Amino acid sequence: MLRVGVGQGAFAESSELMLSGLEAGVDYLVCDSLAETTSAFFALDRRRDEAAGFAPDLAGRVGVALPWVVNGTTRLITNAGGHNPLAAHQAVVHAVRDAGHRGVGIGLVMAEPAQNAPGTYGPPSEGFAEQVYLGAAGIVRALDEGADIVVTGRVADAALFLAPLVHEFGWGWDDWDRLAAGTVVGHVLECSAQASGGNYSGDWWNTVDLARIGLPIAEVAADGSAVLTKPAGSGGRVSFDTVREQFLYEVHDPAAYLTPDVVVDLTTVTLTDLGDDRVRVSGATGSARPKQLRGLTFSPGGWSSEALLTYCWPDASAKGRHVVAGLQKQAADRGLAVSEWQVEQFGVEGFWPGLGEGDVCADPREVTTRLAWRTSDAVTATAVQRLVGLVALSGPPGLQGIGRRRLGPNPPAELVDIAPFFVDRDVVERDLQVLVVRT
Amino acid sequence: MTRVQLGELCGARSGDKLDISDVTLFAPDQPTYKTLCDRVTAAVVAEHFAGIASGPVERYLVPNVWALKFVLHGALGGGASTCLRSDSQGKTHGLALLRLWVDVPDHLVGVASRLRPRHPDAAPRKAHHAS
Repeated sequence: MLRVGVGQGAFAESSELMLSGLEAGVDYLVCDSLAETTSAFFALDRRRDEAAGFAPDLAGRVGVALPWVVNGTTRLITNAGGHNPLAAHQAVVHAVRDAGHRGVGIGLVMAEPAQNAPGTYGPPSEGFAEQVYLGAAGIVRALDEGADIVVTGRVADAALFLAPLVHEFGWGWDDWDRLAAGTVVGHVLECSAQASGGNYSGDWWNTVDLARIGLPIAEVAADGSAVLTKPAGSGGRVSFDTVREQFLYEVHDPAAYLTPDVVVDLTTVTLTDLGDDRVRVSGATGSARPKQLRGLTFSPGGWSSEALLTYCWPDASAKGRHVVAGLQKQAADRGLAVSEWQVEQFGVEGFWPGLGEGDVCADPREVTTRLAWRTSDAVTATAVQRLVGLVALSGPPGLQGIGRRRLGPNPPAELVDIAPFFVDRDVVERDLQVLVVRT
Repeated sequence: MTRVQLGELCGARSGDKLDISDVTLFAPDQPTYKTLCDRVTAAVVAEHFAGIASGPVERYLVPNVWALKFVLHGALGGGASTCLRSDSQGKTHGLALLRLWVDVPDHLVGVASRLRPRHPDAAPRKAHHAS
């Protein structure tokens, strides 16, 4: 039986959360940094600075795990390499050496050519970066060659977890049901606490103890069946309900969940609540992996900035709308080219336009109006931002925050358009590079 | 029949893939799941999200975990990395689905009341409109 834990489900997540799995002594701890949108940020980072493009907190995370790595308890796998796995790998090698540890195997897995240039595997485009979702094979090779830490760029999230299972259990690359079972384990784990009570849509008030949350751990048998649980004494909840919410997260067709290593049928899986924060996951079936891999092209999406204006009763919503209309007219009168406006009113119809009819409070005590805009360049986005200063003392009554920084300039943010493409796997896999450096 | 919001019966979670919002509805038991398969069609969900999703809606049934999966195309303003919305990843769309009103057999509401506890601070349940 192998114990695989998750140490990170998103870039912004605190590295403190890694400790629950490390202290539980898992055999492998896997960190996932690369939401699509995070990957877009890293692509921008690398465009600005050739030495950047990977998760800047990587060395810190390695530092957290290092005591358990060097004493042989836990091996660490991370996709924090983002758009620059080579530089990320070097950063980890340096961090481990600087900590005084010798003989630690630091693995690098990548297929993207060093420049992650658009058009390498995907179609020619206006983009500035691309990535292809790799499967588990490169990581397995790195583990086979003795890596204690494996750094990758873009790898399918679940494949990060499948890799140690293939390495340990020796599953064949055409053993579809085993590969499917391992992929299900990885899929459930990949968003960290979302499988141990986080984001649970039921009685969260009985599960969320942020001071003690334990990230999920899978106890996996050689046949791929697993028990999902969490460290003893930790907060959160592992139950049929909390696990099934993550089980189907972002998979689209549950009968054909596409991954680089196998097509998984999730409708054959049985989730059995064993009690005591233990859920058995069994019965996954798989079929032959796709002939093509999926990739993403990243291209400029313009610039945006935004303003938040909170007005009090009475007519808080109308005040916000009035000011927005005024700002939009000012921008037009000054020839500021805004290609898109987004207006949201929190407290009335913020997230869900058209969904609030019937039970929205007619005249709330306060409404926050958010205005966001898209422009082709940062200068114009900032020029629109300056218009917000027109409303402080000259708009309707009841605006909060006048004279505080929050009404002041918000630095514009660059937006990124992401387009998918598909590429024959052979074309990518012949570029696969696996390297293990000993510190 | 009783008219209830899905939130009284079900859980839900949503996530993003590019411009697609992937929303799953979880029934508390098999009878409720069967009823929801009849009531919560792709067309109903598409209408519910008409102000949010510009593209078609696909539905997948997942009987092994009593779930209905809805794939909403064009639902994230072009995708999280380019979208101007505050909820750029559609994280709230699962709960938005729970606002949908449906007619269900009376006894299912009783089951749900037992299986879906309400927050101690929650407002009293809305009156059910017999239909």
